[in-house]
Amino acid sequence: MESGVSIQHFMVLSTLMFFIGVYGFLTRKNLITILLSVELILNSVNINFVAFNKFLYPENLGGHFFAMFVIAVAATEVSVAIAIIISLYRKLKMIDVENVNEMKY
Amino acid sequence: MSETVFYILSGFILVFSILTVTSRKILRTAVYLLFVLLGTCGIYFAMDFNFLAAVQLTVYAGGIVVIIIFSIMLTSDLQDKLEAVQFRKIFFSLLAVLIGAVVCISTILNHNFPQVTDKVLDSSMRTIGLRLLSYNEGGFVLPFEIISILLLAAIIGSIMIAKRADSK
Repeated sequence: MESGVSIQHFMVLSTLMFFIGVYGFLTRKNLITILLSVELILNSVNINFVAFNKFLYPENLGGHFFAMFVIAVAATEVSVAIAIIISLYRKLKMIDVENVNEMKY
Repeated sequence: MSETVFYILSGFILVFSILTVTSRKILRTAVYLLFVLLGTCGIYFAMDFNFLAAVQLTVYAGGIVVIIIFSIMLTSDLQDKLEAVQFRKIFFSLLAVLIGAVVCISTILNHNFPQVTDKVLDSSMRTIGLRLLSYNEGGFVLPFEIISILLLAAIIGSIMIAKRADSK
């Protein structure tokens, strides 16, 4: 805060990271790489929360705790998603998104 | 946090983010994601959130990336390259992403954030622990407990999903 780095710097960084994640989410076909893009998105949101906490409300730790809970939710999400991917791989022998609509039946 | 440190860290993060979504070797994408997470951890350290940086290192870099690498090894042939994306798909995705990014960044740069400089950030371990278990104002005991139930549900759910159907 004593230096020239302002909240806008962090928000621009996290916006760029978020949209890189969205790009990966849109273009990838492999389920695991889609999962990696989701992780990028969650991580960029964490940077945002922490920057808000640091620059706008330094007396509360709200953003800090939200970032912690986002990390916990990301961990659970990854574990469940990988369980689904592995059981899908047993059935279909491949993990591209085109084949996943077979899960409906 | 000095400006140089910020620019070095954010350049590191952005380069490896782009590599994460464009690399065609699947194991490398996971390793690039690991570098992105390490760079984010550096940003937390530079902002004086030491505990959050440690959580980021252990949970994200230590836990999630290892799980992802294991599942890559279980489900993919590491020699294979991912198939190239069609040009149309790249074009329209880039278009959507660029429009979104321009809208968001212009909003951010035009918005006037209030400057709070008189209060100091207290992110010591003691404050974090007290806040996490307090049920007064500014306490986070309810989400803390809900997260524990969520973790239990996720453990049971992933065991149920991933076990073989014929093994009951």
